[in-house]
Amino acid sequence: MDFSWLQDPFYQEYLIEGFINTLWLLAVSAVGGLALAVAVAMARLRGPRPLAMLAKGFTVVMRGTPLLVQLFFFYYGVGRLLEGIPGVQDSVIWPLLRDPFFYGALTFTLSVGAYSGEVLRGALASVPAGEREAGRAFGLTPFQVFARLWLPRAVQLCLPTLTGEMILLLKSVPLVSTIALMDLLQAANIIRDETFLVYEPLMLIAGIYLAMTVVLTLVLRQVERHFPGMQPTRRRFPLRRVESAPCKH
Amino acid sequence: MNHVSQEGLLDWAGPILQGSLTTLEIAVLAYAIGLVLGLIGASARLSPWAPLRGLATAYSTAVRAVPELLLIILLYYAGSQALTAVTNALGLPGQIAINGFVTAVGVLAFVQGAYMTEVMRGAIQAIPRGQLEAADAFGFSAWDRFRRIVVPAMLPNALPGMSNLWLILIKDTALISVIGFSELFFTIQQAAASTRAHFLFYAAAGVIYLAMTLSSTALFTRLERHVRRGQPTGEEA
Repeated sequence: MDFSWLQDPFYQEYLIEGFINTLWLLAVSAVGGLALAVAVAMARLRGPRPLAMLAKGFTVVMRGTPLLVQLFFFYYGVGRLLEGIPGVQDSVIWPLLRDPFFYGALTFTLSVGAYSGEVLRGALASVPAGEREAGRAFGLTPFQVFARLWLPRAVQLCLPTLTGEMILLLKSVPLVSTIALMDLLQAANIIRDETFLVYEPLMLIAGIYLAMTVVLTLVLRQVERHFPGMQPTRRRFPLRRVESAPCKH
Repeated sequence: MNHVSQEGLLDWAGPILQGSLTTLEIAVLAYAIGLVLGLIGASARLSPWAPLRGLATAYSTAVRAVPELLLIILLYYAGSQALTAVTNALGLPGQIAINGFVTAVGVLAFVQGAYMTEVMRGAIQAIPRGQLEAADAFGFSAWDRFRRIVVPAMLPNALPGMSNLWLILIKDTALISVIGFSELFFTIQQAAASTRAHFLFYAAAGVIYLAMTLSSTALFTRLERHVRRGQPTGEEA
């Protein structure tokens, strides 16, 4: 085992950049994805028929295809297509459209939106209608009922599943190394190419990921503990994502 | 005329079909091995012997906490090195193609086994103790008890998890392309690069994977209805 390359400031910089990018990608996709999930779930439950069917189709496609394929589809497929549209390369958003980070964040946001949207839909549907009617009877507006009653009650029902999704999201991040985005795995790949070490850089980032998973699990457990009306769960690591039955209730 | 861009989907239909078959072969084999690993892992986790329990817990926890892509790359190098060492020791010439297939299956099965361990453990623990004690009271041998009582009683509980893992496995096979083994997604990447019709080919890949996952879901739904026959229906799917 040779870890002397860890002394090299260049490699340290790669690893730090990779670590920061990993965290950014996680944060952006988590926030964007959960917001999208609420929209998808509500579209399926309350949207007009065409919108509900669109949301359903979106969910089926995103959950039925590999994340890696989606990443390539958006980065190479859609990215190259956008490149060809006249005028796009001169527009102000071009630096964004050229950035692999944008495509990584886009793909992960859509993926979280689909998986968590399915989870939320189940949870929203299982909040008793009487609770919402009670809110209306107390004079809350429909929006207030949704924001202060319906959604929080639904989140209460499926918070462990949602936090599990976040850990699965963390574990998906290395996929972006395939589109030349500098995450931890990409940093390790560069170091491997330059030092001719096969295992050591990979083992280091496996260790980093192990630590990140543990830390994120602990943080999310605190979130669960402090969410009003929640009992903390005792699970250590989430099982794989539940694809068929979205939410236990 | 640019001949490269003249190549279309149809020219690549053959290789893509071949790739799809390879993907399915890898998935089926890895799933079968993963099932066996899962049963062994679950038995180990439920074993009264602490070191065995610790080993199985370490296996399933560590594998589940590290990203699959990372594990696949790590194990791929470790696995192919080990396999080459074995073939060299046996005096056989190193067969790269076969090595690639075997390591792809091995790596996916290893990862799959860790998740399967948890699914099986949960399902076995959900069997009422009285059923196992009744089997013992009737003088069943350990094998008979496993075959006639444990498996049929466990399957309804394990099947939803097993169907999940199968869907995840199909999608995880795409990760093998990162290693450079020529399965479906690797073929698609070659096609896209060669024709420059990236959008078309990646969309086609999505359609093929979707067909695989949707038909699997339909199959597992029927299978679940079969193993649940005779049980009271709790909630409809």
